[in-house]
Amino acid sequence: MAVKLMQGNEAIAIGAVAAGCRFYAGYPITPSTEVAEVLSRELPRVGGKFIQMEDEIASMAAIIGARVGGLKSMTATSGPGFSLMQENLGYACLAEIPCVVVDVQRLGPSTGQPTAASQGDIMQARWGTHGDHPIIALSPTSVRQAFDLTVKAFDFSEKYRTPVLLMTDEIIGHMREPVELPDFATITTFQQSVTEAPAAYKAFRNTPEGVPPMAPFGVGYRYHITGLLHDEVGFPTQRLDEIDPWLERVNTKLDQYSEDIVMVEEDYQPGARLALLSYGCSARTARHALKAARAQGKKVSMLTLQTIWPFPEKQVEALGEQVDKIIVPEMNLGQLALEVERMVGRKKVRRVTRANGEMATPQMVLAALEE
Amino acid sequence: MSEPIADRIEIRLAGEGGQGMILAGIILAEAAAIYEGKNAVQTQSYGPEARGGASKAEVVISSGEIDHPEVLEADVLVALSKDAFKKFASNVKLGGLYIVDEEKVDSHTVPQAVRVPITRIAFETTGRIITANTVALGVLVGLTGVVSRTAIEKAVLARAPKGTEEMNRAALFKGFAVADERQPSRQN
Repeated sequence: MAVKLMQGNEAIAIGAVAAGCRFYAGYPITPSTEVAEVLSRELPRVGGKFIQMEDEIASMAAIIGARVGGLKSMTATSGPGFSLMQENLGYACLAEIPCVVVDVQRLGPSTGQPTAASQGDIMQARWGTHGDHPIIALSPTSVRQAFDLTVKAFDFSEKYRTPVLLMTDEIIGHMREPVELPDFATITTFQQSVTEAPAAYKAFRNTPEGVPPMAPFGVGYRYHITGLLHDEVGFPTQRLDEIDPWLERVNTKLDQYSEDIVMVEEDYQPGARLALLSYGCSARTARHALKAARAQGKKVSMLTLQTIWPFPEKQVEALGEQVDKIIVPEMNLGQLALEVERMVGRKKVRRVTRANGEMATPQMVLAALEE
Repeated sequence: MSEPIADRIEIRLAGEGGQGMILAGIILAEAAAIYEGKNAVQTQSYGPEARGGASKAEVVISSGEIDHPEVLEADVLVALSKDAFKKFASNVKLGGLYIVDEEKVDSHTVPQAVRVPITRIAFETTGRIITANTVALGVLVGLTGVVSRTAIEKAVLARAPKGTEEMNRAALFKGFAVADERQPSRQN
């Protein structure tokens, strides 16, 4: 394909179509609206459905329903809408329904500032819905990566039967840069394959692999879906001998696949005692500072996270053993830094925070490197 | 990965919502990225209003990777409104270029600013003030050569709504002509 100047939000929408998304339900909100705009045009062209819902609660419910009916589905929103989606997001986690939720983060809390950028929903992505639950959250640093990680989000959601959050931000969402997209024919995502006969099928079977295949409704497989804790065919249960294996499986099902799910970029310099750790738009600022510091002869390593949740514990712990200080720039008051501190200890972590809608500058990061 | 920051040119186009500054930024970035094979990143900021309010587009052009996507200190500021000039005049590099619409902006604080009646020229050339952004691109490219005149022409025409190609070409070329009058030695 030819080089095109493309916006991050557009790349997400196109990535969704390329990944096989055929259902979008959403309520437009700045700075995510272009995702809906592009999909309202593109989905009907490939036989998909676009619905503008009355709010974000309904949007989340609709994409869950669409996936149960057999279509890969997505919604996109920003902070205020993401808050409204939390209840049904938990439902999708518990009922193990694949779907993709895009959060183009803007300055909050509450209505905040619609056109200002933020990375303030990072902890909400992990713990916004109540109860212990697994979640995958990815965060792109470029327009091309917005496309690639959207495809990954669909792949992971199917493979691991879980909602996947694409946590981008106003900067990456609205930014335009040249991209050359891959041939869509080369793009593959995980396809469910149910080998059991309908009579033997258990939608929530506690298999050692952790992820039972999902059969769509309407083709002969009978099972129940509920937000209550349930047995292997989906009916509510209060029996501990049914609940315990289920809780165990669901809350650990991502652990055995962390090699696949955790995506990071390690740009390490031998002998470096300082490191930068960042993600999303802030990683662009950090990388700018990294190059400037190295140009001055400093030795600095950098770890860029594409996977935010599950947190790349192993990689961050290993980095902590190599360096004396990890500098964490992010557009919030230090949300992901909390996780880094958990892994390497507070004394090793220097936060670089900016939560007023403006990007941190490379100068702010360089100043932290100088300390 | 220890290459120094590559050549990096930072351009800020600012005005009121509705003046087409964000579109001008997109066109400039397309000229660089699609028609000249350079790297370019375009970002923007705007208020919640569809018209009025402050609006700015930023374009960073480089032959190498562009990391921090926003303007840090502009090499070029194009200002089509008083508020935009007031807000951004202090964030221009020493020796940087100011292009202002002289009938909208009081730029006496920056004696070296290039003063052009951009909106009036647009109206006189095409009959439509909406082409002011295209005139501004003509002046900008004419004076700086940040992309070639051929590249910006292709980018403008590719973005011009059907039937407005000639009008936009005329506006762009008028911008080039103004640049040549102001700086006759530097044609690119």
